[in-house]
Amino acid sequence: MLDVGQKGPQFSLPAVDGQTYALADLLNKHKAVVVIFSCNHCPYVRAWEDRMIDIQRDYQDKDAILVAINSNDAKRYPEDSFARMQDRAREKGFNFPYLHDETQKIARAYDATHTPHVFLLDAEGVLRYRGAIDDNYDEPGAVQHHYLRDALDAVLVGESPEITITGAVGCTIKWKA
Amino acid sequence: MHVQFLWWEECPSHPEAWQRLQRVLAELQIGAQVEQVQIRTEDEARRWRFPGSPTILIDGEDIDPQSEPSYRLTCRLYFREDGRPSPLPSEAMIRRAILKASRRE
Repeated sequence: MLDVGQKGPQFSLPAVDGQTYALADLLNKHKAVVVIFSCNHCPYVRAWEDRMIDIQRDYQDKDAILVAINSNDAKRYPEDSFARMQDRAREKGFNFPYLHDETQKIARAYDATHTPHVFLLDAEGVLRYRGAIDDNYDEPGAVQHHYLRDALDAVLVGESPEITITGAVGCTIKWKA
Repeated sequence: MHVQFLWWEECPSHPEAWQRLQRVLAELQIGAQVEQVQIRTEDEARRWRFPGSPTILIDGEDIDPQSEPSYRLTCRLYFREDGRPSPLPSEAMIRRAILKASRRE
């Protein structure tokens, strides 16, 4: 498992907007990069999707960026294909890059297990938090612990998050056979 | 009334869904034969016509019928009464399905 304090593995992946996003470039331009392994089909992702959009909206002016990466096997889960990713990003109006990890190498490099699974990197690319977005997928109004927001707030002022690891809750990543 | 609760281990919503089902049955004081069915393989998913975990059948009828389901090992998407997506059937959805089935008996 990628440990807090280790550097996040580099990636360069195509996105639904036609661009390619490299972690090195993102780190050059931002104080924090939130990598979230995500997908189209998972109901947990769907339940948290609006909160992902809200987080990008609230933190983009603070020099943080969220990127979602879909690594699922689109053969077995066709709704996770690149074309369907483009559809989903358009339908929901994603304000963050939505990247395709077709080979699943990046998910394996991060030891990602679920969708959604959050990895927060600081400006040096060091992992500062991994786990869930918050503690309540079903009731946004009943969230007690905003894990990712709290960790972002800490990292953006150069402090260590109080909580650095939580369990990822969601669908398992659909690995290729 | 025969209630079947179909679930897949890799999807973590089934314990909460099971509790919701139990709460609604207790609240309505419905005497039902309740069966848990663990779906373990893609073959079982197809055989049970399992569109995802959790799925609740009442007298063989899905509480949230889908127009074009695919049967496989996955977590199931529901929509709450307020339109928000959820991995869980709401208690209101379970209640409506049970009351509908009880009226048929």
